[in-house]
Amino acid sequence: MPKNVRIRKGADIKLVGAAERVKGEAPFPSSFAIKPTDFHGLTPKMVVKEGAEVKAGSVIFFDKDNEHVKFTSPVSGEIAEIVRGEKRKILEVRIVPDQDQKFEQFDVSDLSSAEKVKAALMSSGMWPMLKQRPYDVMANPHLKPKAIFISAFDSAPLGPDYDFILHGQQEAFQKGLDALAKLTDGKVHLTTRGGSAADATFTQAKGVEHNTITGPHPAGNVGIQIHHIDPINKGDIVWTISAQNVALMGKFLLTGKVDLKKTIALAGSEVEKPRYISTWVGASMKSIVEGQITAGDNRIISGNVLTGDKTYMEGYLGFYDDVVTVIPEGNEPQFMGWLAPNFHKFSLSKSYFSWLNPGKKYKLNTNMNGEDRAFVVSGQYEAVIPMDIYPVQLIKSIMTNDLDKMENLGIYEVIPEDLALCEYACTSKINVQSILRDGLDLAKKELG
Amino acid sequence: MQFLRNIFDNLRPNFEKGGKFEKYYKGFEAMETFAFTPGHTAHKGAHIRDAIDLKRTMFLVVIALVPSLLFGMWNTGHQYYLSIGELTGLGEGFMEKFIFGAIRVLPIVVVSYAVGLGIEFAIAIKNNHSVNEGYLVSGMLIPLVLPSEIPLWMVAVATAFAVVIGKEVFGGTGMNILNPALTARAFLFFAYPTKMSGNMVWIPQESGVAGVDGYTGETLLSQAYNAPAGSEFGNVAYDAAGQQFGSLADTMWASFWGWIPGSIGETSTFAILLGAAILIFTGIGSWRIMLSFLVGGLTMSLIFNAWGANAFMSVHPLQQLMMGSFMFGMVFMATDPVSAAQTTMGKWIYGFLAGFLGIMIRVFNPAYPEGIMMAILFMNVMAPLIDHYVVEVNINRRLKRAKVAA
Repeated sequence: MPKNVRIRKGADIKLVGAAERVKGEAPFPSSFAIKPTDFHGLTPKMVVKEGAEVKAGSVIFFDKDNEHVKFTSPVSGEIAEIVRGEKRKILEVRIVPDQDQKFEQFDVSDLSSAEKVKAALMSSGMWPMLKQRPYDVMANPHLKPKAIFISAFDSAPLGPDYDFILHGQQEAFQKGLDALAKLTDGKVHLTTRGGSAADATFTQAKGVEHNTITGPHPAGNVGIQIHHIDPINKGDIVWTISAQNVALMGKFLLTGKVDLKKTIALAGSEVEKPRYISTWVGASMKSIVEGQITAGDNRIISGNVLTGDKTYMEGYLGFYDDVVTVIPEGNEPQFMGWLAPNFHKFSLSKSYFSWLNPGKKYKLNTNMNGEDRAFVVSGQYEAVIPMDIYPVQLIKSIMTNDLDKMENLGIYEVIPEDLALCEYACTSKINVQSILRDGLDLAKKELG
Repeated sequence: MQFLRNIFDNLRPNFEKGGKFEKYYKGFEAMETFAFTPGHTAHKGAHIRDAIDLKRTMFLVVIALVPSLLFGMWNTGHQYYLSIGELTGLGEGFMEKFIFGAIRVLPIVVVSYAVGLGIEFAIAIKNNHSVNEGYLVSGMLIPLVLPSEIPLWMVAVATAFAVVIGKEVFGGTGMNILNPALTARAFLFFAYPTKMSGNMVWIPQESGVAGVDGYTGETLLSQAYNAPAGSEFGNVAYDAAGQQFGSLADTMWASFWGWIPGSIGETSTFAILLGAAILIFTGIGSWRIMLSFLVGGLTMSLIFNAWGANAFMSVHPLQQLMMGSFMFGMVFMATDPVSAAQTTMGKWIYGFLAGFLGIMIRVFNPAYPEGIMMAILFMNVMAPLIDHYVVEVNINRRLKRAKVAA
């Protein structure tokens, strides 16, 4: 039964700099990178050495725990550098692209069984697009999920509009869905925003369960949708994939070529013309933002303002990210900031004046707006989490490494992005997402 | 403000690692962050953060307490003049009364803050943790729940006890089980009962100035407690000058506005409700706790009304709620987020029981006609248990769901 969910808890943080629905082209990047750090918990085994020539789709490294899961190059070119960090951990594999793109050709003629679909996806580097819950890791191909969930919209502040991005990509999207349907005995859930017309790519998708969800952010988070549609219980496995990645997967399965050109939103108050642009998975940040942003001290985020990764002009677009957000840094101290009226600041509480003007869009910076404290205020987290879960108690159980409690309180159901609004709202400035990530890692290690 | 910024920037090296006053860094940090919200940026997780912080939160609670404080100052003066039979009209001698009260009340506030913050800073420096803003509120709450005649050294001792035993031994603000301000009051109540109850502590006295005839200094609660069986308390109650209010409506009127003897900040229901409005509007005080507390108190009062074994039980429910520390406890004490229940359902239960027990203890207490402090402290202790069971329900629901699915 398709479900129409309505949630009331949550919050839409209105920011300046939403991407306009026009599409531009980013210059072809002069550098690409594939970052093992984008895939949480992955131990990469390198296949190529610096200086090697690769094609788009050539294997760069594979998963040490599962050698069939390959990670491939998004472009053809030369491996320029393997950047390592502490303990020689591989951070980035940089590739300088050729002018003429050459593609590896994969055999995608027979997709009749789950095994064949998996083989095609794993060998081509498309597999990591599938993520697994609990624990928010790459999908394990040896498991069979009870369902696969796709959210057709992003409700995060300045999040990309998939109706716009995937407009006209019906064929590829459908191909991707058909392949996903083979991977589970359960359903493939596609959830659109209730109360507004989604693009035909979504509404005319076949072989999926069409659900809707209405309400403020985090309505678009697939975790919230899972919770209301078919919640994860102990022992359940659910896979998720972003809408754009379904289409990229579909494109690959149609052509046999790894073509990772995609559309991302370039948004934020410091972007001069916020809009959508075509670029590639792993593209250099420089190719995306250079000349597009205001001068001054800016924070470049691969992802949205709540969950994205801090990056730099010299960084690269994250594997899973469909938006790049640029906002000002907030490293200026403010005289008696806690006392000042601060009309330019936004608060979900009514302790500042933002409630006077609910429609106003804010230009927020990265300032913490206060210092770390122990938990004092209660009820804040619950107000922004539309789930039957006790977030504060869950976070406290993680802080005390109490595995039984974590399990009982529903750690299987949440990943950091689902509690990002708690972190935003927290008076005590507790880093909820990184605490939850630690808890997930511990639970995965201890409970498997 | 650049000059202030420069002062801090110049001083900073002395307090940083390797500086002369390195070990006092947390004290310096507290002063600096008070003056300047730091330019710390988010490095992990969400890149934008809500404008609210603990300083703003605590500051708003202090603002909410200001009406009670100001009224308390005036009322302290008013009660004094009533007792000596001068300027007995409500409108007379506003400034005299206010100044008299301010002279009595402000030293208590100063002692409370000085001792409390002194200990907080000392412990923060010793344990190398940041000074928490929680005491900004406790430091104001403590004077407001004390009688104006309290000796200052007792304020100091009680404050020290509350901060050290009530809070710091548990690890500071956020970790404490009991409400620190109520801990201070409870300490004084048990250690120096003669200074915290009876008839002589509520009205300021000046040596050499005699009270008027009929003056007793009895609070309404004490009058209700001593009211002869069969009498209608509201009709026989009298004010500090020994004048009968005459009718229940007049007694309630006086209790609502607060020109009656009592602890400094607790007498005026009106001033407390102003504070409540601020707390509820800004979302800082839990309206759920306040409402359920009110309903709890009302329920118990109505039960007593129906029982009616003595005059105290028969007091009109609204009058019952406007006397003593019920309103103040409801708005400012029970809602302390750290010592109250933290789950939504838990807040309803906690508030209801605190109000219910408060009136029950008040009426049944053989020694002293008040029970709100005891009830709230008792519920502070019970709050984690309430939360535990509320969370347990959630856990069981989840387990049940898993079984159905399997």
